[in-house]
Amino acid sequence: MPPAFSGYGLGLRKPHYAAFLERRVAVDFVEVVSENFMVDGGQPRRILRQVRERYPVALHGVSLSLGSADGVDCVYLSRLRALIDEIDPLFVSDHLSWTRFGGFSSHDLLPLPYTDEALDVVCANVAATQDALGRAMLIENPSSYIAFVGAAMSEWEFLGAVCARTGCGLLLDVNNVFVSAQNHGFDARAYLDAVPAERVRQIHLAGHSQGETLLIDTHDQPVPASVWELYAHVLPRLGPVATMIERDDAIPPLGELLAELDLARAIGARETRAAA
Amino acid sequence: MKLARLQDEFSGWLRTGSEAAAGSFAPGAAAGLAIYQNNYRAQLAACLEDAFAKTRQWIGDEAFHEAVVVHVERIPPSSWTLDAYPRDFPATLALLWPDDAEVAELAALELALTEAFVGADAPTLDPATLGAVDWDRAALHFVPTLDLQPLTTNAPAIWSALTTDEPPPPVGSLPAPGSLLTWRAGELARFRVLEEDEADAIVRIRSGLCFAGLCAHIAAEHGESDGIALTGAWLGAWIAEGLIAEISEGEN
Repeated sequence: MPPAFSGYGLGLRKPHYAAFLERRVAVDFVEVVSENFMVDGGQPRRILRQVRERYPVALHGVSLSLGSADGVDCVYLSRLRALIDEIDPLFVSDHLSWTRFGGFSSHDLLPLPYTDEALDVVCANVAATQDALGRAMLIENPSSYIAFVGAAMSEWEFLGAVCARTGCGLLLDVNNVFVSAQNHGFDARAYLDAVPAERVRQIHLAGHSQGETLLIDTHDQPVPASVWELYAHVLPRLGPVATMIERDDAIPPLGELLAELDLARAIGARETRAAA
Repeated sequence: MKLARLQDEFSGWLRTGSEAAAGSFAPGAAAGLAIYQNNYRAQLAACLEDAFAKTRQWIGDEAFHEAVVVHVERIPPSSWTLDAYPRDFPATLALLWPDDAEVAELAALELALTEAFVGADAPTLDPATLGAVDWDRAALHFVPTLDLQPLTTNAPAIWSALTTDEPPPPVGSLPAPGSLLTWRAGELARFRVLEEDEADAIVRIRSGLCFAGLCAHIAAEHGESDGIALTGAWLGAWIAEGLIAEISEGEN
């Protein structure tokens, strides 16, 4: 299991690079999208090295494709390993999803059927990844818009089984739980009550949008009240955890994100006091 | 359904959008599938729009969008990195605009600058070390971001005008086919249009020809005096522009 870390952070996005390098921003860590820095060199790698000198950095991937039936990509893993070796990240994470199969890369986080066969595939891929990276990783629960017939277990049971079999940890995206619960008609609180709390090392908080009939995980809105409520609900179950605001589009001024992060801090302090 | 078959059919459906294909793995899930289809296409379109802003400006939003639709149909993404997806777009533009070579060449320039920006790091030669070089045995090593590609039009001049918000020049062909040189100096991606002789010299050096060998070759082509002057001028420019990473001592 990855070691625990307690603190509050932000997803580091381009419009805010300069601010993070020019002054000490009030965060305990930042998270970057791994693939943006898995380049050969140039300014992105230089900036990441400088950011790393000032802040702990979590690497969050979107293209590892842990659910691919044809395995993980060795080229990808070697590039990710090189980045890990260079910056010594706080966490390395990716999603419970697949993006690639048979030479086709969708660049979208596609859903898995929660079957015994898929569980075997994901566990094999997580194990191969952890071997290649030389460390335990975190897996994030996805937002999803379809559910396959013939599922043998719920998403939380699937995640719990992956953790138990591979030793990985969880990146619990509270917004994704809310979005999927709304889209598929399950109880978000029951999901949060059932995930293996001792495995949760990191939390994502984000916003979403209402599509025609389904909620869409757009990450272009402030964290809504519904997600804050779920965050407050799950915190008492968790040990030390790294909480962050994840905004990928319609990036607001840094001050707005820090104000949202203060709200997370306040909820965290309140729930810690209540639990004590 | 086995996972491999599901992923194969899902991938095929993403590429084609065929309703019949979707029915095989997710019957009755049209609303959810539409979100995945939209995410897939929007992601690729945004990637191309980001990579080819000047090309889009040159041909207009509507024509660019049509080219994106053709490209997404024609070339499914295959790499783990979205950064690789723009690499085939100039070829699609060349197919769509066979009589307007500047369109594909403008896109190729944008692509080359982007690739140079994130290319491998390398030191650049310290001019102070030149005094110690044994030029009879010197082997030049270019920075790893250096790239050469054929050029037939004034696409670089069009790019420069678009970048500085000046009226672009009329499209024109080069008097003779040339080459577009791109590289990164420090953190800046740069380009220069080369005549055939200089491009050929760079290709020869990258193939392992030592500097003395290049001098002999150019002297044979241009005569002793002009040849020495020409190679000396090139070397000076290459060093000043940050194109040389290292000069090593090769065989005599």
